[in-house]
Amino acid sequence: MSDTTQERIDEIVKKYPIMLFMKGSPDQPQCGFSSRVAMILKDHGKPFASFDVLSDPTIREGIKTYANWPTIPQLYIDGEFVGGSDIVSEMYLSNELQTLLDAATGKA
Amino acid sequence: MSTEATIESKLIAEFSPSRLRIDNDSKRHAGPATESHFRVVIVADTFHGCNRVKRQRMVYACLSDELAGPIHALQMKCLTPKEYEAADGEVTLKAPPCAGANKG
Repeated sequence: MSDTTQERIDEIVKKYPIMLFMKGSPDQPQCGFSSRVAMILKDHGKPFASFDVLSDPTIREGIKTYANWPTIPQLYIDGEFVGGSDIVSEMYLSNELQTLLDAATGKA
Repeated sequence: MSTEATIESKLIAEFSPSRLRIDNDSKRHAGPATESHFRVVIVADTFHGCNRVKRQRMVYACLSDELAGPIHALQMKCLTPKEYEAADGEVTLKAPPCAGANKG
């Protein structure tokens, strides 16, 4: 994996307070797991940014190295990796996610 | 050996789980593969003191060969025996409906 890809990912991750790497878009998800996380974020209502990894194979592979996490979706809040669909779902049920989302700085 | 059996034997060898449940959801998903989507509930002492991300990374690391190969999606719930007891049988992990035909 080239350093440029990792730098590009790092820029994207740090640019937005709430950033979701997913397959498809929040309105047209292409995978059930991505869809689930996008729905949770939409439901919470705070604006979030998303990146469709299907549109860019280098990011799609690079993000797995970046997070040391082999699957997509991946959610980042304030530049920190939060988890994939299982973790996000669990944290939503326990209200931990809402706290993190509300504390996210800036504007998405 | 089937992928499901490989997952089982590797997880048992690595974590000595007190409970392990593996569900194969591959048929519910797009694509021809029959061993691509799995759900794992694993209860092991090893997870003690590790946060959610760390626990899943441990499982991912254990199954890295399979994830680079046949496994496309791996849902999981990783609990310590105490957490499992506290949940009192309320441990479920639901698979979302498939939303696409994209594999990989």
